[in-house]
Amino acid sequence: MHARHRTLVRQAPPSRAALAAAAFTALTLVSTLGCSREAPARDVAATSSTPAATPSTGRPADSGTAAADDGQWVMAAKDYANTRFSGLGEITAANVRNLRVAWTFSPGVMRGHEAAPLVVDSTMYLVTPYPNLLYALDLTKPGAPTKWKYDPRPDASAQGVACCDVVNRGAAYADGKLFYNTLDAHTVAVDAKTGKQVWKTKLGDINMGETITMAPIVVKGKVLVGNSGGEMGVRGWLTALDASTGRIAWRAYHTGPDTDVLIGPSFKPFYAQDRGKDLGVSSWPPGAWQQGGATAWGWISYDPALDLVFYGTGNPGPWNPEMRPGDNKWSATLFARDPDTGEAAWAYQIGPHDLFDYDLINESIVVDLPWQGRTRQVLIRPERDGYVYVIDRTTGQALSADPFVHITSTLGIDLKTGRPIENKAKEPGTGRVVRDICPAAPGGKDWTPSAYSPRTRLLYLPHNNLCMDYEGVEVNYIAGTPYVGANVKMYAGPGGHRGEFTAWDPVARRAVWKKTERFPVWSGALVTAGDVVFYGNMEGWFKALDARTGAELWQFKTGSGIVGQPISYRGPDGKQYVAVMSGVGGWAGAIVAGGLDPRDSSAALGFANATRDLPEYTTKGGMLYVFALP
Amino acid sequence: MRGEGRGAREEGRGGVRLRTERLALALPLAVLATAAAFRSAPAPRVGATVAYAATSVPRPSSLAPRVLRVCADPNNMPFSERDGGGFENAIAELLAKELHATVHYTWWAQRRGFVRNTLNAGSCDVIVGVPSGFDPVLTTKPYYRSAYAFVARQTPGQERPIQSFDDPRLRDLRIGVQLVGDDYANTPPAAALARRGIVRNVRGYTVYGDYREPAPPARIVHAVARGEVDVAVVWGPLAGYFARRERPPLEVVPVSPQVDAPGLPLAFDIAMGVRRADRALRDTLDRILARRRQSVDSILDAYGIPRVPRPARVAKGE
Repeated sequence: MHARHRTLVRQAPPSRAALAAAAFTALTLVSTLGCSREAPARDVAATSSTPAATPSTGRPADSGTAAADDGQWVMAAKDYANTRFSGLGEITAANVRNLRVAWTFSPGVMRGHEAAPLVVDSTMYLVTPYPNLLYALDLTKPGAPTKWKYDPRPDASAQGVACCDVVNRGAAYADGKLFYNTLDAHTVAVDAKTGKQVWKTKLGDINMGETITMAPIVVKGKVLVGNSGGEMGVRGWLTALDASTGRIAWRAYHTGPDTDVLIGPSFKPFYAQDRGKDLGVSSWPPGAWQQGGATAWGWISYDPALDLVFYGTGNPGPWNPEMRPGDNKWSATLFARDPDTGEAAWAYQIGPHDLFDYDLINESIVVDLPWQGRTRQVLIRPERDGYVYVIDRTTGQALSADPFVHITSTLGIDLKTGRPIENKAKEPGTGRVVRDICPAAPGGKDWTPSAYSPRTRLLYLPHNNLCMDYEGVEVNYIAGTPYVGANVKMYAGPGGHRGEFTAWDPVARRAVWKKTERFPVWSGALVTAGDVVFYGNMEGWFKALDARTGAELWQFKTGSGIVGQPISYRGPDGKQYVAVMSGVGGWAGAIVAGGLDPRDSSAALGFANATRDLPEYTTKGGMLYVFALP
Repeated sequence: MRGEGRGAREEGRGGVRLRTERLALALPLAVLATAAAFRSAPAPRVGATVAYAATSVPRPSSLAPRVLRVCADPNNMPFSERDGGGFENAIAELLAKELHATVHYTWWAQRRGFVRNTLNAGSCDVIVGVPSGFDPVLTTKPYYRSAYAFVARQTPGQERPIQSFDDPRLRDLRIGVQLVGDDYANTPPAAALARRGIVRNVRGYTVYGDYREPAPPARIVHAVARGEVDVAVVWGPLAGYFARRERPPLEVVPVSPQVDAPGLPLAFDIAMGVRRADRALRDTLDRILARRRQSVDSILDAYGIPRVPRPARVAKGE
């Protein structure tokens, strides 16, 4: 099964590959095709042991999980399959201990740096948190000097309107342009050579609380973007923009009538709960869908063979659960859509009537897995609710859902109905005190993207080990209006540590190894063909582990806590590099980046309690670190 | 405030009931006079347009304060606005006068992150209005107490106005409530209605509103005047100030009782907030508030801020 899986990765209809490659430059395309035939020896580790092809089963080639690596990193998640697997194999478990800093770069921004750097040709591109600067760094010159800097000048007059989340998760490259989103809800296209703005499109309104923080992807000439701001009464959507003009091609809302959600005749959800007309209206109290949240601030993946994009929606809002009886569709829902039209192929509401702020925005990793004697085309989704879901991506059927953290909020997932089995004892409500809700609101795992290696066939999960108490009534005050909420306190789950890094076998449905961390692991993961997996912790340590055993092979202390996404690329000198942004922040790091008061246990919606000692371990400040072997 | 939420006693039918038309008759002169005074005052708000201009200015917690640095929302009537027309602006001027200081503002939209980005960022030292015992700050003694209020159109010869969540008419009317939507959190009226199963005829008006519009949270009051909803449950100061500006003026009746079971407060003591370490400043403000009690009250009256008496026994704020 191992062999077959790898084989499948290489099998793809050339026409599909060509279609998908429209998102890349001609140069990238050529190098991709070239490499698949005669890649440098050190880069083919992923495919070198691949036996003969099995033509009967298809697998998207461009997802790149085991195709020879072109040495570039053109989208935050590395490839359409969201694997974050680098096919470069120069850095191995045997030599990674020699890794050292090659060069560094300070973008001059103090807030949480969650973005993945991109590498295209011989240039590295870096997006900062607000004010969302874009830097181009010349990799051909010593120390990678700045080629140009682009400043989108996001709306500063509205500062404070989008209060707290000033992060940005990165850009996407296609067809000579970089595309990314600004906090004030615009998407920009910037010429990769000159740094000149090609177009800028306003997608939402910061005055209504609408922001954008996610990294877009470009599929078949369309830039796909989702909004943030579910707490502010925003109505969630995914929007496709024409990559060459910036014009909006389609927008799919995540609440409201089927015509708005782009649910039409070809919509075929697997579960009965998701079938019916205008569920985005009828599963809410009248009118509540109009400000129902269900934004799309996370990861989007694409399968060129099925020609479907996959992504999940955020929590419902802005009502508290008792004010919004019903399933609240399509919040906390996984969607499969046609990238040309936006039309939904299927949807699976994994979190009906969300009680715990379990957004469903995490990554969908596109792989084909051996499953009970045959190959299934699946998505692997480690969710906030604490389960790793394996979902048939052709139908939306959940094949498995297994806990990767301690869970009390639900009693399991009923695979027949697709619904969580509720634990009434842990249901929050106004005036109630509920203790020991696990996982806490940031979930077993938040946005922090995992990596999948086709060599080890393991998923590498950066995640949390947090529980929370929901206590009584606490008074807050916004826009001059007092309101009440629960005093939510988060704290370490079983074992007393707050973060974990887990290698998960999706076929055996169990953890293979686990590393514990003092703080939630809020960085992304990277795994390479050298069988090394990288991640950073919030104290600032950047770590390399043996992808098979979890043994810690190397670590380096960066200047600030790491909440960024590590990448690997081949430099113009032919060497393999590993890069990561240091610079603590984000929800988990707000106590440092935002200077929250550690005595206020409910700050950052209760997260400050779980990270109250973080200021003793790190200080803020963005800095890019690039590593290589000597 | 958490302590108060638990310790407050129900007030029965003793809640104050305000008729806006009476206020409107009694107070227009006062309003005009007060407003005029503030608008013609010499321009003390030098830093009003530059959020961080005040960082080098001596802080009022030092011995000889010359500048009172206030954190405020530039677009949040009736509380505060950039032109200085809010009642919190007026109270800030009063404080400054007592301190022989001028007011310096740090303007920031009063949303999530307000305290962090203003007071706790060190760019200003006082928030004029916060709930007593509000956790992120150190609060003064409360200087007024208000309550959520039912806002309705006045119909001549109509039956008595709604003043309780147990009024059976609420089951059939279209009800507007203020909506916050912090995770797990909402305005107390939303929770009080939900607890009674009144959900389907409730419409939410987000307190964030559209920040391009003046006074974004006021939309809920306009919605009553326009007939979009039959009744709205609105935080007292907003209700009192805006209801009497509608034509015809709307009726404002503070909810009763002030605490809904199980311990859900609908009335709140409002105080001033300073950084937790600024005890000296807090004590100074307390002394001024005690000394100028009547002036503060007349400002509140001028803006039509409905006040409710404190229940007989209220646990002290933390």
